[in-house]
Amino acid sequence: MTDFLETIQSRSDLIQQAFLEHIYLSFVALAIGIAIALPLGILIARYRKYAEPVIGVTAVFQTIPSLALFGFLVPLMGIGSNTALIALIIYALLPILRNTYTGLTSVDSSIIEAGRGMGMTRTQILKQIEFPLALPFIMAGIRTATVLTVGIATLATFVGAGGLGDVIYRGLQSYNNSLVLAGALPVALLAISFDFLLKWVEKKATPKGMKTQ
Amino acid sequence: MIRFDQVTKRFADGTEALKDVSLTIPTGKLTVIIGPSGCGKTTLMKMINHLEVPTSGDVLIDEQSIKDRDEVELRRSIGYVIQRIGLFPHMTIAKNAALVPTLKGWSAEKTKKRVSELMNITGLDPDTYLHRFPLELSGGQQQRVGVVRALAGDPNIVLMDEPFSALDPISREQLQDELRNLQQRIQKTIVFVTHDMDEALKIADHIIVLRAGEVEQVGTAHDLIHKPANDFVRNFIGQERINRQRTFGQRKISELSAYFIQAKISEQVVSIKSSEDIEKAIALLEEPLTDVLAIYTDEEFVGYIDQTSILKAVIAKEEGVSSYD
Repeated sequence: MTDFLETIQSRSDLIQQAFLEHIYLSFVALAIGIAIALPLGILIARYRKYAEPVIGVTAVFQTIPSLALFGFLVPLMGIGSNTALIALIIYALLPILRNTYTGLTSVDSSIIEAGRGMGMTRTQILKQIEFPLALPFIMAGIRTATVLTVGIATLATFVGAGGLGDVIYRGLQSYNNSLVLAGALPVALLAISFDFLLKWVEKKATPKGMKTQ
Repeated sequence: MIRFDQVTKRFADGTEALKDVSLTIPTGKLTVIIGPSGCGKTTLMKMINHLEVPTSGDVLIDEQSIKDRDEVELRRSIGYVIQRIGLFPHMTIAKNAALVPTLKGWSAEKTKKRVSELMNITGLDPDTYLHRFPLELSGGQQQRVGVVRALAGDPNIVLMDEPFSALDPISREQLQDELRNLQQRIQKTIVFVTHDMDEALKIADHIIVLRAGEVEQVGTAHDLIHKPANDFVRNFIGQERINRQRTFGQRKISELSAYFIQAKISEQVVSIKSSEDIEKAIALLEEPLTDVLAIYTDEEFVGYIDQTSILKAVIAKEEGVSSYD
């Protein structure tokens, strides 16, 4: 235990930097993932014949083991944080895309027809009806993607993109268990606290009138 | 007036939902479109607010083709009530009801006044319900809100697609009565789709019978019962219902006493003796200006009767309620 505290103290610069890198990687990837998957999900919910192929492609990416995906990207992109970001974005896509699609398509069709029949435009229906009703699903997707990204960002170290994986890897190489722990603990804490936070947001996102169900 | 001019609807799979339908729906009346499932009645109705587009032919409102009108603006000018209610679960009753006025850009004050007024008419206390959410209300209450929502934008035309069929029998009866009363107050052009003949006979000014995309008969409840155009209409109404209705002819008005209306009615009424035939009362009520009859025995006034109460008597009788027999 004292070992551990000493390690943290002596390597605090490294840990701090790795922590910031980790957060940077996770959140940039997540932000870009949302920026791609959310509109795409809205599109495939509108043009449903494209839904299956689009979701299918992202699902294939998802099945590639994460380390292998990093491996595939290195010959194409070289090493560095961009390579790591792309891999992370690819992983963030599927949960957000699938949940956006499911959320939007599970809105009761009679509600949408009522909106149409009363003279709401497509955009008004999307903004005022479909989106609010799908929001809990979408938030759940973002939550899954966040936890996933924070976890997988640990592997970014192998493409030279830093992050807390760096600390763990260094610890492993030097048989320094304290250092491994100093990397692994923050990752776990990050994932758990974001999961917790987003669960709360998800609950808040559930429209008030739906909670009586 | 809504006019269908040689309207045909063919779906992508080749089925013809409507075959060369021409008919008019009069202004200010409650017109019921009835027929077995798959007869095209909902398709016909949805053409009025352009949710369905004719393959050929034209639909005209006050002699203006709806093709020439902006779709969104057209729909905002037509009230719409659907079978599965379709209230927005994430919005309060107030927001649901105010939807069309909001879309039309009415002031908050005008909207609120209009919504409260309609809530009161349909028997929902605004203070109690406006801030609630749809799922906190019973089915009957929800559909009342559905009706309020359809009327809120002050449309001249209201479309109702089997609005009461998902409700329990008691709420259904109540809402039918309320719709009838409401219609007498507001005099909108209401197009009401149903497959329930009792409902049609009870509420309709005008009935359009459809079968397999073709119009079989257009007329009043009285026309359908007394002069069914063909065997299909006769069967659809039910021979039993026709026989019973016809035997009314030999019965006296006094036998309907359970259905006399006792409330004070200020409008002009025609007087009739309770010893007259029911058939005569029905004939009088068919006259355009006579909505209510005042019934007198030899000595005194005993109550009023109108078309609805006679129909109620018919329906009650059919359902085996013995208050009439």
